[in-house]
Amino acid sequence: MNAILVTVLKRLGLGVITLFVVSIIISFVFELLPGDFAKAILGQSATPETVAAFQREKGLDRPPVERYLKWIGGVVVGDFGESYSGAGSLGGSKRPVAKLIAPRLSNTLFLAATAAIVAVPLALVLGLLAALYRNSLFDRVVNVVTLTSISTPEFFVAYILMLFLAVKLPWFYALANVSSDTPFLEHLARIALPVLTLVLVTVAQMMRMTRAAIINLLASPYIEMARLKGVPPRRIIVHHALPNAWAPIANVIALNLAYLVVGVVIVEVVFTYPGIGQLMVDAVSKRDMPVVQGCALIFAATYILLNLVADIVAIVTNPRLLHPR
Amino acid sequence: MSAGDALLRIRGLRIEGQSEDTWHEIIKGIDLDLKRGEVLGLIGESGAGKSTIGLAAMGYARPGCRITAGTIEFDGVDLARLDEAAKRKIWGARISYVAQSAAAAFNPAHQLADQFAEAPLWHGRMGADECRRAAVDLYRRLQLPTPETIGDRYPHQVSGGQLQRAMTAMAMSCRPDLIVFDEPTTALDVTTQIEVLAAIKDTIKQYGTAALYITHDLAVVAQMADRIMVLRYGELVEEAPTAQMLSNPQKAYTKSLWAVRSLRKDEERGEQPLLSVKGVSASYGAVQVLHDVSVEVPRGRTVAVVGESGSGKSTLARAITGLLPPTQGTVVFDGKPLPPALKSRSKDLLRRVQMIYQMPDTALNPRRRVRDIIGRPVKHFLGLGGAALDRRIAELLAMTELDEQFMERLPSELSGGQKQRVCIARALAAEPELIICDEVTSALDQIVAEEILKLLLRLQKELKVSYLYITHDLATVKAIADEIVVMYRGRVVQSGMKSRVLSPPHHEYTDLLLSSVPEMKVGWLDDVLARRRPGANA
Repeated sequence: MNAILVTVLKRLGLGVITLFVVSIIISFVFELLPGDFAKAILGQSATPETVAAFQREKGLDRPPVERYLKWIGGVVVGDFGESYSGAGSLGGSKRPVAKLIAPRLSNTLFLAATAAIVAVPLALVLGLLAALYRNSLFDRVVNVVTLTSISTPEFFVAYILMLFLAVKLPWFYALANVSSDTPFLEHLARIALPVLTLVLVTVAQMMRMTRAAIINLLASPYIEMARLKGVPPRRIIVHHALPNAWAPIANVIALNLAYLVVGVVIVEVVFTYPGIGQLMVDAVSKRDMPVVQGCALIFAATYILLNLVADIVAIVTNPRLLHPR
Repeated sequence: MSAGDALLRIRGLRIEGQSEDTWHEIIKGIDLDLKRGEVLGLIGESGAGKSTIGLAAMGYARPGCRITAGTIEFDGVDLARLDEAAKRKIWGARISYVAQSAAAAFNPAHQLADQFAEAPLWHGRMGADECRRAAVDLYRRLQLPTPETIGDRYPHQVSGGQLQRAMTAMAMSCRPDLIVFDEPTTALDVTTQIEVLAAIKDTIKQYGTAALYITHDLAVVAQMADRIMVLRYGELVEEAPTAQMLSNPQKAYTKSLWAVRSLRKDEERGEQPLLSVKGVSASYGAVQVLHDVSVEVPRGRTVAVVGESGSGKSTLARAITGLLPPTQGTVVFDGKPLPPALKSRSKDLLRRVQMIYQMPDTALNPRRRVRDIIGRPVKHFLGLGGAALDRRIAELLAMTELDEQFMERLPSELSGGQKQRVCIARALAAEPELIICDEVTSALDQIVAEEILKLLLRLQKELKVSYLYITHDLATVKAIADEIVVMYRGRVVQSGMKSRVLSPPHHEYTDLLLSSVPEMKVGWLDDVLARRRPGANA
C-alpha cells in the first residue's frame, strides 16, 4: 500500500510541476499576441493618457517576468486577478476573475458530469456487449453508429438534434439558457440536448477502447483456462477480462472526461449555455487577458488531474503493484 | 479392455488448422483409448499435434482450429457433437486442464483460492466454505507451503513451481474423471520439476484420476505414464506400455528420439586461458546478482555454466560482454583486462566475443533477409563488400550446413533449427575467438537440438573457437562441455573438468541438480524420492 501512496504522491508532484510549466507557457503566449490590450479594451477613441493610465493600473508597463510572478503569486492563494472588462472608466467597478469564472465553471462541470454519468456506463456496457458478441450483427451496428456519430462535427449533431427533438418534435428545450436561480430539475431538463450531443460524440471512443482492450485479452492463456473450467462467456468477459483491461479503458475515459470540460465550447455556443467555454471565447475576443489566463489554467488543471486519476486507476487495478510480493 | 472401464474413446480424429486463410490438416486420423485411472503419455516434437489432441479430448479446439471428423466419446457421450453450453457442464467438472505456463494460465487479477473455487461453485459442486476447505486440503496434498493461507495470494506472489502445483490443485477441485496435463513442467527448473512431478503423480494416484500427459520430454513421460503414444506430424508413430516402449521401441523415429540423449563428448583439458573472469560481482540496481564469480575459459574448449533460473548465468554473460559492467572484479581476455563497459571496447575486441541467444525467433530481425543478417557483421567487422562479401556469406552458410539459396529468405521462411543456424553463422561472421551460447538449444526440439550441438562441436574442432555455454540442461552439458561451472544464487558452487564435477563427491547443490535430472527408466522418480525422503539416509 505504501509503495502505491508514494507513487501517487510522486505523480501528484509531477502534476503540480506540469501545471507550473503550463502557466508559464500560457502567460508568455499572450505576450506574443499582436496588438495592444489597452487599446483593444478601451476602444479606438481612447486618448494616450487613458491608455497609459490603464497600463499602469493593470501593471502592463512592467516587464513580463515580473507580471508573471505577480499573477502566479496571486493564483497560488486563489486570486486570479481582475478582469479588464468594466475597466473602461478608470476606477470603475472591479471584477475579480475568480468571481466571473466560478458560476460558469460550475455550469460546465454540471453539464460535463451529467454527460459523463450517461456516457461512461453506456460506453462500458456497449463495449462489453460488443466484445461478447464480437463480429455479430449487434457488434457491427454499434460500431457503425458510434463511428458515424464521432465522425460528424458536434455542431452538426447539435443542430440536427435541435431540429428534430426540439423544433419538429417539441420534446426538449432548444436552448439551454439557464441562470443561477434556475431550479435544479429545470436546469437538468434544459441541458438534455447538450448532454445528448456530448454523449453521442464521446461514447464511440470509450466504447471502442473497451471492446478492443477486452478482445485483446481474450487470447490470453488464463481466458482459455477459464473457458476450460466451464465458465460461460459473459462471466469470462466481466470477471476475467475486464479487471485486467482497466488501465487502457481508464485512459480513454479520462481523455473524454477532459474533453467534456475543456472541449464543450462549441456545444455551449450552439445551445447558448453559460459555461466556461463561452466565457473564454468571449474573453479572447475582448482581449480580457486575466480571464483567458484563468480559464486556460483551469483547463490545464482538469487535463492533468484526470490523467493523474487514470494513472492511479491503472496502478490500483494492477495486482502486482497493489499486492507486492 | 472391458467396456465399463473405458473413459475416453477417440476414433478417427481429424483436426484442421488455419494459416493464411487456408485450412491444413494437422491431426490426421487419431484413435485413442483411455481407461479410468490410467495415465497415457503423448509425446512428440513441437508440431506433432500433442496439445491439439489433448484439447480435442475435451471437445475443445483452439481459435483457428476445427475438428473436422471423428468421435470423441467421453464416458459414452460424443463431445464432438455437443454444443458449447453442454460442454461447459463437463469442462472443469469432469475433465479439467493443466496448462504449460501456470504464470500465464492464472488470472493475475484474482487470488488463487478464488480461482480454485470458480469451477466447483459454478458447477454447483460445493459451497464457498467447502471450497475453502477443499482448497486447503489439496494444497496440503500437493505440498504447498502454508496451505491454509497460500490461497489468499495472487499468482505473482508465489513461485513458478508452487503455481504449477496450485494449478494442479485447481484442476482437481471438482474431482474430475480426467485431467489433461499439457507440458506441466516444461517451464520449470529440474530441481523444481521433480517436486511438481511427484506431487502430480501422488495426487492423481490417490484420487484414481485418469490423465493425458503431454510432454516432449521422454524421461518425464517415463515416470508419469502407464502407456505412451509417440506422435509425429499429427499421426501415431507407435503405442506401447511404458516399460516396453522404453526398452524396445519399434519404429526408427522413436529410436532416434531415444538416441538423442546419448550424445557425449570426450573432455579435453585446455592449455592457455582465453577468458578469465576474476572475482566479478554485478548488480541490477540495488539487487546484487553475481557474488565474486570466477570462471576460466581455455582456448578452443567449452565451459558449460549450469544452474537453475535466477542463478545468475545470463547475468554472467552480460557482465562478460560488457552489457552490464561489473561492480567488482575484472574480466581478462587474451591476457589483457577488458574495459568493463561495452562502449569503451574497441571494435576488434567486440569482434572477438560474440553471442548466440536462446530464442532464434526474437534474435533475428524479421524484416531482414539472411544475406543482410549474416552480411552485416562481415561488412562491419571485416570490411568486405561486393563479390567478396557474397562469397563469405555463402561460406558461412555452408559452414552451418545451409544452402546458398537461404540467402534471400526471411526469418519467417525458416524453421526453428535453421534460424538458430543463421544465428550461429552471424556469430561466426565476426570470426570470434569466444562465443557465448545462452541456452541456444532450449527452445528447440530434441532432434534439432542434437544437430545444433553436433554443428557447434564440429565448428569448434575446425575453428578452434571457445564456447561459454550457458544451460540448465545437464544432458546438453554432457554432450558439449569440457569443463563445468555450477552456479547457485549468483555464486559458483563447484567447477572443474566435466568428469570431475559429474562424479561424486559433489557439492550439495550439484548433487541435488544432478539427481533431479529425470532418467529414462521406469521408477526413477520413485527411487529418487525414496532416497530423498527424510530418514532414508539416517
